[in-house]
Amino acid sequence: MNLLDFVVLLGSMLGIAAYGVWRTRAQRSLSHYLKGDKTEGWVTIGISVAATQASAITFISTPGQGYESGLDFVQNYFGMPLALIVIAAVFLPIYRRLNVYTAYEYLGHRFDAKTRLLGAALFLLSRGLAAGITIYAPAIILSTVLGWRLDLTIILSGLLVIAYTVAGGSRAVSLTQKYQMAVIFGGMVAAFVIVLVKLPTSLADAFTVAGGFNKLEAVSFSLDVHRRYTFWTGLLGGLFLSMSYFGTDQSQVQRYITGPSLRESRLGLMFNAVLKIPMQFFILLLGVMLFVFYQFEQPPVFFNQSAWREAVRHDPDGKLQGLQQEFAAACAQKEQYIRQWLDARHAGNREAETAARAQALAALDRSNAVRAEAKTVMETDDPGVKSNDADYVFVTYILDHLPHGLIGLLIAAFFAAALQSKSAELNALGSTTTVDFYRHLFKHKASDAHYVAASKWFTLFWGLVALGFALFANLVENLIQAVNIVGSVFYGVVLALFLVAFFVKRIGGTAIFWAALTAQTLVFVLYFSLNISYLWYNFIGCAACVVFGLILQAVLGSSRKTNVMRAS
Amino acid sequence: MTPSENEPMPVDAPSDGEVEMTGVPGLRTWRGVYFFVFGCFILWVMLLLVLTVSFS
Repeated sequence: MNLLDFVVLLGSMLGIAAYGVWRTRAQRSLSHYLKGDKTEGWVTIGISVAATQASAITFISTPGQGYESGLDFVQNYFGMPLALIVIAAVFLPIYRRLNVYTAYEYLGHRFDAKTRLLGAALFLLSRGLAAGITIYAPAIILSTVLGWRLDLTIILSGLLVIAYTVAGGSRAVSLTQKYQMAVIFGGMVAAFVIVLVKLPTSLADAFTVAGGFNKLEAVSFSLDVHRRYTFWTGLLGGLFLSMSYFGTDQSQVQRYITGPSLRESRLGLMFNAVLKIPMQFFILLLGVMLFVFYQFEQPPVFFNQSAWREAVRHDPDGKLQGLQQEFAAACAQKEQYIRQWLDARHAGNREAETAARAQALAALDRSNAVRAEAKTVMETDDPGVKSNDADYVFVTYILDHLPHGLIGLLIAAFFAAALQSKSAELNALGSTTTVDFYRHLFKHKASDAHYVAASKWFTLFWGLVALGFALFANLVENLIQAVNIVGSVFYGVVLALFLVAFFVKRIGGTAIFWAALTAQTLVFVLYFSLNISYLWYNFIGCAACVVFGLILQAVLGSSRKTNVMRAS
Repeated sequence: MTPSENEPMPVDAPSDGEVEMTGVPGLRTWRGVYFFVFGCFILWVMLLLVLTVSFS
């Protein structure tokens, strides 16, 4: 990065944060602080909902996912449009009618105080964990590739987001998200165009190569439960995951209950229901096009080049350098076969095309085998090294192939994405702690100024917790999957609490409370003992909680009847 | 614990939301908006399916 890149990066990040603080100065009412001033139109609400979900991980890690596995991750979002329709039609009108600050207040109205606290506690636990990941994830990648100190990157970006979220509350979050999204989309569109322009083949040939290497398999109807992403896991698991995330996670609920009317909030949700799948598709396609690009350009053996250089320096036998030469030879051979494949295709020679494609696939297998061996050597030499380098693919491409100025814009886009989702999470964690715990349990009647101050302190507290987690975190999963896994373990049960509240009138507070605790325990046990797609845990947690609730209600109901009969 | 927390709330989907105008040209009811969104979802899946089949 040069001076121009730093000017773009710092100018956009500090400028947006300062604007957010300035526009939201002097807020005394709790309603204003937690819900904004209710002037946001549906576009702002829609952008805010999208921005809260799309963290830096979405823009850094998803292209790497596309590079490694192709388009199949897009199926993860198949349940989302349906979930948003249910939320807009059922959840949202009830939240607005009750005029709640948090979704968990509704559980208190419908069931009892302990169920409200359980819902809020599960949210704080799951979102508190994820909040650490959203701040750690981009920091580790950016600090590695840019050569910055990891702890300083985490602390500086963390303090910036804490400052404007604490100062401006919900309105600052929405305001800054709008401009941060503009930076992100500007950067991502520019990157996509440059990737396409720099492809050494026509677009049609690029799709042929990607399809030939099975990177364009976007939809699979496989019933294999071990397969992570299929139409079924996406539709069912994704439906439950999205319904829980958008309908019951306070970081999202707080975004859309801020609308001036039901119409604005609903249209904001529908905006996301229509655009999320194509947005994720294009980000994954960007990764697939990077894969095609690197078939004609020598890719690094290991995309985390800083870790690679370190490993080579400490490799006593020179094994890694040998593997690097082997990898270069395999890649050169692969490129030759791909060119033969495309030439044969253009000439209409089907037999030669099939043969060259088979040779290219075999060469890809060889180069992948060398990569895998290199990772094994690295892990043997240093057991602490992270062998998953998919998250570094896009950043490596940006630094190696994009012009200065645009590099700064893309890095700014990643930081903007980190800040926008982080700010919404902190805002929600602070609100839930204030409204569902502090005001509910400890300080029933105090002035608005007191609650605003308390909310600021709790937001600061959660910001520091997330910073602490980020400073000591250590992840082995691809980052975008790590966030979804944490969510999936908790979301099913939380969703069940709300579904029972809305639709199963006969289940009471005590039955659903114990059912939720039992179901959450079951999900933990299954998660550590089974090897199935994590998306299924959304469905399992939800179904188990509902079934346990029905059984417990039947038992409690009959024992209550017996007691009443005995008493009479 | 406030008394209201012990009393079940009415849980039927409210009708006031349906009465509110959507303000979307050509889609006057919320049911129409939801069908439109569902139609877009089906369209995306079909397009992705065509892409999958075309390049497999």
